[in-house]
Amino acid sequence: MAPSRIRLAQIEPTLGNLDANLALHLAAIDEATAEGLDALFFPELSLTGYFLKDQTPEVALARDAELLDALRERSRDMTLGVGFVERARDGRLYNAYGIFEDGELLHVHQKVHLVTYGMFEESRDMAAGEQFVVAESRLGRIGVMICEDLWHASSSWLYFLGGVEIFVVPSAGPARGVSAEEEGLGSTRTWRTLLAGSAILNQSWSLYVNRVGCEDGVTFGGGSCAFAPSGHAHGEIDGLGTGVLDLEVDVAETARARLKTPLRRDEKPWLVQRELQRIVEEPC
Amino acid sequence: MKEPHLDVQPELVERLLVRFLRSETGKFGFQKALLGLSGGIDSAVSAALCVRAFGPENVLGVMMPYRTSDPASEGDARLVAESLGIPTRLVDISAMADGYLEAEGVEERMRRGNVMARCRMIVLYDLSVEWSGLVIGTSNKTEALLGYSTQFGDAASALNPVGDLYKHQIRQLARHLELPAAVIDKPPSADLFVGQTDEDELGFTYEEADRLLYLLVDERYDVDQLVAAGFERDFVLEIVRRIAGNQYKRLPPIIAKLSSRTINHDFRYLRSWGR
Repeated sequence: MAPSRIRLAQIEPTLGNLDANLALHLAAIDEATAEGLDALFFPELSLTGYFLKDQTPEVALARDAELLDALRERSRDMTLGVGFVERARDGRLYNAYGIFEDGELLHVHQKVHLVTYGMFEESRDMAAGEQFVVAESRLGRIGVMICEDLWHASSSWLYFLGGVEIFVVPSAGPARGVSAEEEGLGSTRTWRTLLAGSAILNQSWSLYVNRVGCEDGVTFGGGSCAFAPSGHAHGEIDGLGTGVLDLEVDVAETARARLKTPLRRDEKPWLVQRELQRIVEEPC
Repeated sequence: MKEPHLDVQPELVERLLVRFLRSETGKFGFQKALLGLSGGIDSAVSAALCVRAFGPENVLGVMMPYRTSDPASEGDARLVAESLGIPTRLVDISAMADGYLEAEGVEERMRRGNVMARCRMIVLYDLSVEWSGLVIGTSNKTEALLGYSTQFGDAASALNPVGDLYKHQIRQLARHLELPAAVIDKPPSADLFVGQTDEDELGFTYEEADRLLYLLVDERYDVDQLVAAGFERDFVLEIVRRIAGNQYKRLPPIIAKLSSRTINHDFRYLRSWGR
């Protein structure tokens, strides 16, 4: 498989304004298409904005929604990753991320680890996904982890066992931590550590695409970045403004990393299963 | 005692707050701001941030002395305005406040102070129409937690860039923003009567309060852990009582729930709704 030219789009969506956000997406897609990129990934809930609260049902879309047709259409030449609120047939709402490819909505990941603590209240408005299924894309085997999904080690590890090559981590991560004890935003530092760690532990590409802008006093932290399976940084958008990060992703690097250090070969899922069983059955 | 790390990275804080000010005003169609300039450090820092966000010509500093205000305060306010290059407006609130205070014979210091603070709020909100700008808040995290402010008075604003900064951090930011030393170094005062200082009234220093508040609020220490960290138990309890007792000032009015969907209870939208 030839290396892919992938773009991460650090955008500033408008809260609850689907039309404005779709226009923002289409403009970015047209620009990327003109530049001959193979893929373009947007942040978490890129079509809707983040702190939706009671707007959640108002902006929810079924997978076959007409509004998504323009994205389907533009995915003929380029793989697209877009965040939206999914309305399932049974009425449940999900924090979802769609991979569009070959004119279709190829894959949807529903955020498993909704954040409901501190300033977040996702579980109040949305249902949690229950699967980590690898998407078979033209780019390689993609595992989507929406923001908090990455913070649970089991998410990336399950994808690893499922044969993932590229992690796509869309996020609406707030900018936090301004202490003089460290340099730069605490939140950005933590994300980079987690992403590099996930890349190394799972010998996969790790692509982080965060949003920017403010919603009622919360500034989103940007800092989109990418790491190779070795854990080496492959660029970052330094700052809190909009921007793009272009990089070349060669999935052959994952195979080479796994040859040099055969972590996947030496995993013992049966042992983990047995130990999990024991832990689950043990009284706390 | 564990020494709390209150110092911030001032350049980073400035960048975040300038972005916040531009974003949260721009989405409502505003590119201008105004605020009360008291001659103190909090309003000076807010003003300096506004200048960096909107340019000096788009920030109006309003000075609103009462007849008992220390003339030095107005002088310091002018010093701040001159150092930032912003236009100013002087509105003497004496006649306005006395129209009520004298007519009703209000003598209690706290009531008089609250009336003055609310008169200033009226002036700012009225001038915001003339100036076509948003009222920017100047209440810091320390005084908001301690309740050392007047509800619907100095605590009223459309946006507050300094509300998540402790007094210690405000001082640090003020030095970074190169505000006049006279304003940074003078004892904080609400200037509601002659000789008043915040720290005399509160009975402790802001530095003491900040260290405690940081561990209690930001680091989530409980009372016993704070005592173990070296704070006097009575001081800890006094601060905890103040924070809880003033929660009402930090929230919108309580609405009695009757229907199936009630504003702020289960009718939940951000101000940024659709913007």
